[in-house]
Amino acid sequence: MDISTHKTHTGAPAPTPRPAASQRKHAARGATRLGDRVFLGLTRGSGILLLAIMVAIAGFLAYRASLAISKDHGNFLTTFEWNTGQQPPVFGIAVLAFGTVVSSIVAMVIAVPVAVAIALFLTHYAPRRLSGPISYVIDLLAAVPSIVYGLWGALILVPHMNGLFGWLNDYFGWTGVLSWEGGPPRSMLTVGILLAVMILPIITNVSREVFRQVPRMHEEAALALGATRWEVIRMSVLPFGRSGVISASMLGLGRALGETMAVATVLSPNFLIKASLLDPGGGTFAQNIASKFSEASEFGRDALIASGLVLFVITLLVNGAARMIIARRKEYSGANA
Amino acid sequence: MSTAAIAEKRPSSLRGASLPKWSPYAIALGSLALAVLIGTLGGLHSRVQWGLIAALLFILGTYGVSARVEGRRQAKDRVATSLVWVAFLLAVVPLVSLVWTTVQRGVKVLDVYFLTHSMGVVADTEPGGGIYHAIIGSLEQVGLATLIGAPIGVLTAIYLVEYGRGRLAQAVTFFVDVMTGIPSIVAGLFILSLMLIFKMQPFGFAGSLALAILMMPVVVRSTEEMLKLVPNELREASLALGVPKWRTILKVVLPTSIGGITTGIVLSIARIAGETAPVLLLVFGNPFINTNPFEGAQSSLPLYIYQQYANSVGSGAAYDRAWAASLTLIAFVMILNLGARGIARWKAPR
Amino acid sequence: MAKRIDVSGLTAYYGAHKAIEDISMTVEPRSVTAFIGPSGCGKSTFLRTLNRMHEVTPGGRVEGKVLLDSEDLYGAGVDPVAVRREVGMVFQRPNPFPTMSIFDNVAAGLRLNGGYKKSELADVVEKSLRGANLWNEVKDRLNKPGAGLSGGQQQRLCIARAIAVEPKVLLMDEPCSALDPISTLAIEDLMGKLKEQFTIVIVTHNMQQAARVSDRTAFFNLAGVGQPGRLIELDDTERIFSNPSVQATEDYISGRFG
Repeated sequence: MDISTHKTHTGAPAPTPRPAASQRKHAARGATRLGDRVFLGLTRGSGILLLAIMVAIAGFLAYRASLAISKDHGNFLTTFEWNTGQQPPVFGIAVLAFGTVVSSIVAMVIAVPVAVAIALFLTHYAPRRLSGPISYVIDLLAAVPSIVYGLWGALILVPHMNGLFGWLNDYFGWTGVLSWEGGPPRSMLTVGILLAVMILPIITNVSREVFRQVPRMHEEAALALGATRWEVIRMSVLPFGRSGVISASMLGLGRALGETMAVATVLSPNFLIKASLLDPGGGTFAQNIASKFSEASEFGRDALIASGLVLFVITLLVNGAARMIIARRKEYSGANA
Repeated sequence: MSTAAIAEKRPSSLRGASLPKWSPYAIALGSLALAVLIGTLGGLHSRVQWGLIAALLFILGTYGVSARVEGRRQAKDRVATSLVWVAFLLAVVPLVSLVWTTVQRGVKVLDVYFLTHSMGVVADTEPGGGIYHAIIGSLEQVGLATLIGAPIGVLTAIYLVEYGRGRLAQAVTFFVDVMTGIPSIVAGLFILSLMLIFKMQPFGFAGSLALAILMMPVVVRSTEEMLKLVPNELREASLALGVPKWRTILKVVLPTSIGGITTGIVLSIARIAGETAPVLLLVFGNPFINTNPFEGAQSSLPLYIYQQYANSVGSGAAYDRAWAASLTLIAFVMILNLGARGIARWKAPR
Repeated sequence: MAKRIDVSGLTAYYGAHKAIEDISMTVEPRSVTAFIGPSGCGKSTFLRTLNRMHEVTPGGRVEGKVLLDSEDLYGAGVDPVAVRREVGMVFQRPNPFPTMSIFDNVAAGLRLNGGYKKSELADVVEKSLRGANLWNEVKDRLNKPGAGLSGGQQQRLCIARAIAVEPKVLLMDEPCSALDPISTLAIEDLMGKLKEQFTIVIVTHNMQQAARVSDRTAFFNLAGVGQPGRLIELDDTERIFSNPSVQATEDYISGRFG
């Protein structure tokens, strides 16, 4: 591709054989030859371009967001409304922040334990002949586009939730969190379950790799003490894999927070915060952008961009936390290598 | 006394006795039967509930029986085993259902006509029509995104691995990490903010730009991994021969790792091909065939699926088309994935 | 407390590959028995069959009998987990649990069974650390991670962990091969002390070590590449090193091997 193009136009100065030592010194110093200079310039330029894009994303989002927020007659953080069309406009992200956090928490509560269990199943329980193909299939499932999960969630999962919702309402309705007024089950719980199904393959894959890297000698140490399989897992596999599982979960969380289509297809949104996870309503940042976008005026779009900026910041924080955990783990495993 | 110690431990293991061989199945069957009974008597209609009740009974039953016969440690071990199995089976249900429904419903209207016609003269609620315009849009947008994202990604990775020391490299590494986590809709909003500034209408290439942003960090990461696998001896051997560094990279390092790099690029293509949100914001959707990605709204496969679902107010024909388009999209993504793995295996060094 | 091991007709496989064939021997209680032989002769594999650790390797399979005081480890109804409590093991590379403190490492085996009070645990931990000649070095930092100790200390920590559950037999798989000479000496001294209480089996590549620490020595050898390992002879260590009855043993010991 481009590599061949710039190779031709740099027209390398004929590489006269030089003593190796001086050659290395040149390479280390940076690049004195034309070819080296051009190549270094290209690659470094790409890196700088990448940085510039990141800065531009933050900058332009902030700029457009400021246009909208400055005209907001509500409080951008606490208003329970999204009326960008009326005069004066009143809109705020309170409902969206709440919905995004709640649906992601539900997804994590379901997905993380199940994913860890499946990862353990693949590394420590399943017969070898089974675990190979299953791992492969789960790898592939992680690549299924989220819109397909969304379609499946809306047309297959939602009708199946009626029974579960009725049952939850019967037995746990008194908690308030799991009460149900009988509306269509397009609620935060359904969204959370769908997000859980969606991020399950990702968390499973990463956890599986971490569990697979547990040094054999740690497991044998536990075995030789007379530990059962579960005790081996508890004594050596889980402690070793803990930070890996946490960072895998953070990756999943990042995905759940920013997921658009799977939420937009399943949720029937409104701008209310409800105590019950079962009653339809609420919204998430990404879902709100997708559903409000097509009817929004330019000002409405700026307001949506402002909400997107908040989502951006939240995912940055989550990912940053995940990276820190991974970095810590590297030090830790390096010390024991 | 010592013999007694072992003899005393014997009953703690049911190995060899016929019980362990069939006991999990027996408990599973028992709990299933009980769950069906409870389900019928309690008037529970959802099979999902029956399954959950059966799973719960199975775990409780396993613990009860095992703790009684084998002791607490063994019981815990068995419960852990059953929990792990139950979790696996529970997770399999939705994932299998997803694949199964997509295939089963997708084949209904998926035929040559569907692949070669657009929705131009077909209302979303009517049967007929197809995804030709969406395929064109997808191919063009993803293709352009790859043309932008892949080279930048590969070059950045080369910079990080071959030259990268110092503060700039650190910053790039950090921001690539950060970029990996950007929600696709945020990338879409970024391009949207530019379009708002320049008063532009939706067009295909705008979507490509957002997709390219999503693609770059993935390509950087995978290419970096592959370049790091190239042994340093190889570089030093080439440099010691007096070959300049840039030629060493092009002639020695890249050819050695080209298989892995290609795999990474193909996998990232598979990822962006399924992105809906940025395309929704930037390309807007268009039932007609528009082959020009630089002017006018286009469609794309994921966007088509969403719009067939969202704009059709429950029309069966639209749902059928959405499933068929989903099947096409999954097939496309899976072929890319399998292809990528094929390349990785075929080009794998050693 | 120590127990005798009687092995008869023992053959071990890795999948289809036969690693050791038809081994029969007796290991006396309260003594140190050393296994020596060239690399790949199956002495480590054989050691791992003595506490059923061989079968945790994928494809690992065992035929034959291992009697621990007349109780067959491979008999029907025997729980391998229970076997490993009776027959402890120390590995080639020290492998303390990296996330646990020194105290927790030693107490790990006891905690599995539960039912110990805190003071009882502390007593056993101290006794085991003293038994492993490590107490004086670590008594002030029992709550520090075990991975922070030196290699030799880590290995003694692993020995303390193994003897804390009061096994009848202690298997040691080249316990000193990753250690410096001073740490090696410390562990060899320790073995002399431990054998008063335990039956000890040690695999070693170091013939001087076998001569120094063991009462009896078993020599293993391969008939050829790809052939299973066999027991060539087992005798008092003094005899093996001065006047072995098989020519192959003498060749190996005098360095004329291969």
